[in-house]
Amino acid sequence: MAEGIRDKVAIIGMGCTRFGERWDANADDLMVEAFKETIEDAGIEKKDIQAAWFGSCFDEVNVGKSAVPLSLALKLPFLPVTRVENFCATGSEALRGAVYAVASGAYDICLALGAEKLKDTGYGGLPEFPSALGTKNRLIFPNITAPGAFAMMATRYFSRYGLSPDEGKEILAMISAKSHRNGAKNPKAHLRKEVSVEKILKAPMVAWPLGLFDCCGVSDGAAAAIVCRADMAKDFRPDPVYIKSMQIALSSGEEMMYTDWDGSYVKSTEKCAARAYGEAGITNPREEISMMELHDCFSITELVTYEDLGISPRGKAGNDVRNGFFDMDGKIPCQPDGGLKCFGHPIGASGLRMMYEMYKQLQGKAGDRQIEGPRIGLTHNMGGFPAMNLISISIAGL
Amino acid sequence: MAGIVSYGGYVPRYRIDRKLIYKAMGWLNPATFMPGEKAVANYDEDSLTMAVAAGVDCLTGVDKSEIDAVFYASTTPPYAERQSAEIIATALDCRSDIRTADLTDTLKSGTTAILSAADAVGAGSAREALVCACDMRIGKAGSVQEEIFGDGAAAILIGGKDVIAELIGSFSVSYDFVDHWRGTGERFDQQWEDRFIRDEGYTRFIVEAMKGLEKKCHVQSNEITHVVYPCLYAGDFRKIARDLGLSESQVVIPLVGQVGYAGTADPLMHLVKALEEAGPGDRIAVIGYGTGADAILFEATDRIEGLRGSRRGIGKHLAARRELRSYEKIVAFRDLLSTEKGIRGEIVARTALSELWRNRKQVLGLYGSKCTSCGTPQYPIQRVCVNPDCGAIDEMEPYCFSGRKGSLFTYTGDNLAYSPNPPAIYGFVDFEGGGRYWFDLTDVDLEELETDMEVEMSFRKKYVDEQFGIHGYFWKAVPVMA
Repeated sequence: MAEGIRDKVAIIGMGCTRFGERWDANADDLMVEAFKETIEDAGIEKKDIQAAWFGSCFDEVNVGKSAVPLSLALKLPFLPVTRVENFCATGSEALRGAVYAVASGAYDICLALGAEKLKDTGYGGLPEFPSALGTKNRLIFPNITAPGAFAMMATRYFSRYGLSPDEGKEILAMISAKSHRNGAKNPKAHLRKEVSVEKILKAPMVAWPLGLFDCCGVSDGAAAAIVCRADMAKDFRPDPVYIKSMQIALSSGEEMMYTDWDGSYVKSTEKCAARAYGEAGITNPREEISMMELHDCFSITELVTYEDLGISPRGKAGNDVRNGFFDMDGKIPCQPDGGLKCFGHPIGASGLRMMYEMYKQLQGKAGDRQIEGPRIGLTHNMGGFPAMNLISISIAGL
Repeated sequence: MAGIVSYGGYVPRYRIDRKLIYKAMGWLNPATFMPGEKAVANYDEDSLTMAVAAGVDCLTGVDKSEIDAVFYASTTPPYAERQSAEIIATALDCRSDIRTADLTDTLKSGTTAILSAADAVGAGSAREALVCACDMRIGKAGSVQEEIFGDGAAAILIGGKDVIAELIGSFSVSYDFVDHWRGTGERFDQQWEDRFIRDEGYTRFIVEAMKGLEKKCHVQSNEITHVVYPCLYAGDFRKIARDLGLSESQVVIPLVGQVGYAGTADPLMHLVKALEEAGPGDRIAVIGYGTGADAILFEATDRIEGLRGSRRGIGKHLAARRELRSYEKIVAFRDLLSTEKGIRGEIVARTALSELWRNRKQVLGLYGSKCTSCGTPQYPIQRVCVNPDCGAIDEMEPYCFSGRKGSLFTYTGDNLAYSPNPPAIYGFVDFEGGGRYWFDLTDVDLEELETDMEVEMSFRKKYVDEQFGIHGYFWKAVPVMA
């Protein structure tokens, strides 16, 4: 009988670069920057690492394929290094690989590192998808970009719950405004400016009904973690953070091709959350989860994720948003580091960046952004599009 | 005896008032002024996609199993080498054991294609032969051609039985008469002096062909109910009628003030217009003009009533007009004006032609699958059923979505995606009878869209890879034409 991953592996060190338009840095510079902080934090040396997992997504503009770039950048001494890629969950997948390897008993200490260099395309937004979606899909997929694919979920959400575009957009604007407030306090965040709801509502349209401030930053950055067997974690530090669950769920195709999905939520998040809560032993997420870093690639994603995770009732997340439930002083602070919205979104690093914030918060080391006494943190990644995606949910705690 | 079994038409939805063109470019040549409006293909239409649209109209409710030939007529096919008729036949879901041909290089190739089709049927080498004709000719900014050329298409299905109009006879004249020409690889026509064209060509060949037809078929001009010939010059158009002894009511009113001069498709579009209005026993003469002329005589049968109103033809397409209020958009769509694409817009991934070949039915023909176990239609072609309660493997039958209407499940207007006509509009279509997929939307403005509105599928140009000379075609969703 499978028993899951709960409390078998601990994180004993983490690092994260400043995210942003890092015109100053190559991808390997970012890897070294994150790695240096990570091993210093863990108090280990390179020679203590037994295996590594490297996450990077857009190899066209990044470092190319394979795990060789990480091995070379860090001069890893002929270690087993594996590259993983799973769209926007790439960073979480690197961590999952390292965690599973330790849990299996194959290794005691592993490194997970995700890095992405997105800003060398010469244009805004994510790189075009010439290879990311496969050559056959190119023949038949519409002229999609990420904002448009998610905008269609907003259209459905508004329509299902009878919200006018103005009403719907106001809720979304409050979500973005909250993340900007949090990001402004984070020295490592890409966007560090508070933005008012009024300004958000007046911003230029990117993909109707999503405007500029409904979209996250596209950034360069890297983040990393050292994980080890739970029973040896306290040999390294007094405050390790334990992995409670790491789950992923992928679309089956029915959202895209079958007609029973109503388009106003993300089916795989629901499925993934049920598994993650089961693995972590969470029965009432609204009460038990202390804080979250959600995949707010777009404001609408964050809104539906509140519901898909079972935190807010269906169609009612707007009320929680209005009541400040997800604000820093609310019941479950969400995106305390600014989220993808403001911390930025270097794809391969994002999942690890989210865990970095949970880790620091659980250790009480989040500075100006410290949440009072958190016990359980949840991170959520979403790769792909609402109709065709993969979801990653990780839960960590003391 | 061969004759017309079915007909279809297509006029692009966008029309531009010629005053707008003149206002922009009339300073260059004040003599270019023409009244009326003209039909303008959208940025994602070309002489192949419009031919498919006319073919779809023509084949509505038609059993395609007897179509043994597909002929395409155009002077503006997308490829110099890669047959358009084969792309059209695939898009129209015709059989593959058929004969196909492109007839090109002269504006009378539309009527010549009808004659070739009739010959094939008459000779017994085809039971039915489909003719699709379309042109999308481009005039330079400020030219007369820019004012007169219009875009449109027509399709005629020729067969040997159940004809709505019998082909009585034909008479052709062929001359190397160079009134206009376009060299290999050139985009624009060049033409000789108008007086020469009028006096030596236009007013002569039509009359010569028509008189030859009358003599050959033993009919008098007053015995022909509808006469179709193009209107290149308004004054000479009337002169030809006088020379042929035709009264005003016999001459099919030219579409030049609504569509423009549609080149190869022009005589066929007017033939469709005449068929829409003709009654049993009416005789229709069609004259295709260009380096000589073809004259063809048809006589409508009782069956013509059976088809009335069942085709969008020319009439319904004319009514479904949307005004394009920007001259600049046309010149940008036709690449007469270099527009900023941005780096994102410059990226066109290479088309894997081996993959296109393997998937031609689902790409060009919009074929998906229907699960024989649970009955779920699904696009694209699947081997494992998408119905979560079924999941049957390899129990699929082919299922074509192209003729099915659907409702717009959701949509967006995307300003980040590169589009020649931003925002890029796309959404999900839930097909009647089942099946869902996402598609680009076209011929519509974002403000007009609502979830659950009715849409239908239209064959369009998806992308152009200029570096490798590839035109990518696929289906897009459009609002259902009233």
